[in-house]
Amino acid sequence: MNRRDSIKTIVIGSLASGLVLEGCLPKEKEAIYKNIWKYKYGRTPEELQRDLELLNQVFFSKEEMNTIRVMANLIVPPTAEGTIEQAEVPEFIEFIVKDAPSYQEVLREGLQWMDATATEKFGNAFVNCSETERKSILDQVAFANGEKTKEEAFFATMRNLVITGYFSSEVGINDLGYKGNQPNIWDGVPGDVLEAHGMSYDKDWEAKFIDQSKRNDLAEWDEEGNLIT
Amino acid sequence: MEIIKNDKTYDVVIVGSGAGGGMATKILTDNGLTVALMEAGPFFDPANPDQQLHLKWPYESPRRGRGSTRAFGDYHASYGDWSLDGEPYKMKEDTKFSWWRSRMLGGRTNHWGRISLRFGPNDFKRKSIDGLGDDWPIGYDDLKPYYDKVDKYIGVSGSKENIYNEPDGFFLPPAKPRLHELYYKKGAEKAGVKVMPSRLSIVTKRINNERGVCYYCGNCGRSCGVYADFSASSCLVFPAQRNAQGRLDLYVNSMVREVAVDKNGKPNGIIYINKEDNKEYRINAKVVVLAASACESARILLNSKSTYHENGLGNSSNMVGKYLHDSTGADRMAFIPDLMNRKTYNEDGLGNMHLYSPWWLDNKKLDFPRGYHIEIAGGLGAPMYGFGFDYNSLNKFFGLEVGGYGDRVREEVKKYYGSTIYFAGRGESVPNVNNYCEIDPDTKDKYGIPVLRFNYKWSDYERKQAKHMNETFEKIVHNIGGHMLWDNEGPNYGLKNPGEIIHEVGTTRMGSDPKTSVVNEFEQLHDAKNVFVVDGGPFVSQADKNPTWTILALSWRTSEYIVQELKKQNI
Repeated sequence: MNRRDSIKTIVIGSLASGLVLEGCLPKEKEAIYKNIWKYKYGRTPEELQRDLELLNQVFFSKEEMNTIRVMANLIVPPTAEGTIEQAEVPEFIEFIVKDAPSYQEVLREGLQWMDATATEKFGNAFVNCSETERKSILDQVAFANGEKTKEEAFFATMRNLVITGYFSSEVGINDLGYKGNQPNIWDGVPGDVLEAHGMSYDKDWEAKFIDQSKRNDLAEWDEEGNLIT
Repeated sequence: MEIIKNDKTYDVVIVGSGAGGGMATKILTDNGLTVALMEAGPFFDPANPDQQLHLKWPYESPRRGRGSTRAFGDYHASYGDWSLDGEPYKMKEDTKFSWWRSRMLGGRTNHWGRISLRFGPNDFKRKSIDGLGDDWPIGYDDLKPYYDKVDKYIGVSGSKENIYNEPDGFFLPPAKPRLHELYYKKGAEKAGVKVMPSRLSIVTKRINNERGVCYYCGNCGRSCGVYADFSASSCLVFPAQRNAQGRLDLYVNSMVREVAVDKNGKPNGIIYINKEDNKEYRINAKVVVLAASACESARILLNSKSTYHENGLGNSSNMVGKYLHDSTGADRMAFIPDLMNRKTYNEDGLGNMHLYSPWWLDNKKLDFPRGYHIEIAGGLGAPMYGFGFDYNSLNKFFGLEVGGYGDRVREEVKKYYGSTIYFAGRGESVPNVNNYCEIDPDTKDKYGIPVLRFNYKWSDYERKQAKHMNETFEKIVHNIGGHMLWDNEGPNYGLKNPGEIIHEVGTTRMGSDPKTSVVNEFEQLHDAKNVFVVDGGPFVSQADKNPTWTILALSWRTSEYIVQELKKQNI
């Protein structure tokens, strides 16, 4: 059995045993199974088991998830470049609070505070308020200066997770303009960027660097250690 | 407990498959010897799609790379970090020591920074220079031929600079600096700090036809899937397997407990616990080579107690575990306004900085005895978990409002993307007999093996050096109009806890006098001629360099010595 098969066996074994997925409906099992294969990122069997357990737990209620989605859309509003939904920010936040349980209390209590405040001020749950009303609640806690109140800490935490979740997603990465994570040939900072920054590669330094046209020529040296290929 | 025996006797059993053990495996099998290679963790091949970490996107992890099970993040190629389940270590009094363990084929060479520096002539003779610590029993000339061979076989990018204590080698050409590195160069040179191309074991040019050439994805810390960086698995163990024609047996998930001895006290193999069935097994071998990491090898020796070796094997001097020392480290980060609002382009480059600063001053004119080098990081990196936290906190440097939400988020995140530089000073500490690891009398790990206890304190030598690192970073940042993001105040000046730089060495130190050292110049135990230690343990002093290249060169030299001594039937 090769390693890929052995990992599959662990996953399928866990699914079949029902120990990990106890209480799941068949459809949910299928969804979890899909999720596991969506996230294929070089885990050890122990890490895979941990992911499986976390993906099988539910922390936020449907109502809480909806509040998170609405709030996240205010923090990073949708544009043609990308949206909170495309970036799967609510799903990321649901996962991260199970992965790092220290987030749970501050987020849950903060969501409760938002709804309580919304109800008190506007007679509606946060998601049922108008955009202006929602913003007026966020404005109370969005500009913390120095020591944060509990509510300000909630907002700062949620904002961190929303922004990190957005920009680490496929649409967010494109939005940011990150161009890497792919095979390429680095041959220095583009000329127009160098010029804009008043920088240049020193003439006496140029000779030190790789001539990329020879990168595939087998390296050979003379006895003094000078490269001759 | 019953120990399960096997009739086979190997020429050599090697414990640990990292830099030292991997090199010994390659050289010994290439010379026709039969070898058992013991690895405490699982098999690992960075090219195996199920284990591959490089070229993964942040969103391929449900936590976007957060370091929940791996201290340096999801994609970091280390199985294990500062802590391992069921394998604790203890500390004496107020010691704060961090011990990194990578349990996998190739060990820590899968995740390391690939900074590949030769020790210079002065680095072997520090006592002769400043009266502190001890000289090595060998000098640069003894090791130079092996450094040359390591350069040519494994590959190191760098440039010839003709600096006496930073010896040149057989280099592959370095990569051009990134933008923030040009800023660093400008600021550092104005502060009188030497700047030169980094020396990294990353193959910028073809070194052989079994390994790929770097394609600049910046993922070396994930272990390279085309083998364009040095990992002991891809560059040493796999080639050894291909060439060994059945002479090499690899035992994974095998946790070595002790060196076994015969009825006369002569070592004749090792005893290990197979993690699959939790039973004890024995491997017979004529020669034992320990390469489990400085502290783990010391632990094995100290746990190898018998009537002939009451203090543990090789410990008649009581020096096993003593002189434990790590590199020093202090880090700062700076915001460089000139790097705001950057045009983006692919700046991943090599998996570490393209430029660095070797030690450039004379300690005779300073109030601390040993030097340090400077590493830097920055640029247009991949946005992983943590990216955008406190997204506009840099506004404070302009008196602008901090906080808020909405359309400004995209704008301000992009404004500050790539505008910071991280500085890391990495220096030489002074080895001290009072810094040591020993066996904890009360604690065993989940395999029933007694664990280590650490006792370690920094001295003013290291604190004053850390203070100087901070002053240097401040000057450099000032020269390029930047702002420090935090200060390192207090008595330690941000000096990291010992162990945190992951260069711990010295626990089985080398010397000519069996009363004050554990191994001789060939890394051979004074007390047992057929036992060798080829990890960082034999280092007399850890220079202001990274230790891997010296571990590799020493292991190659020791392996050749083992081949000769076996031929002469001396061991």
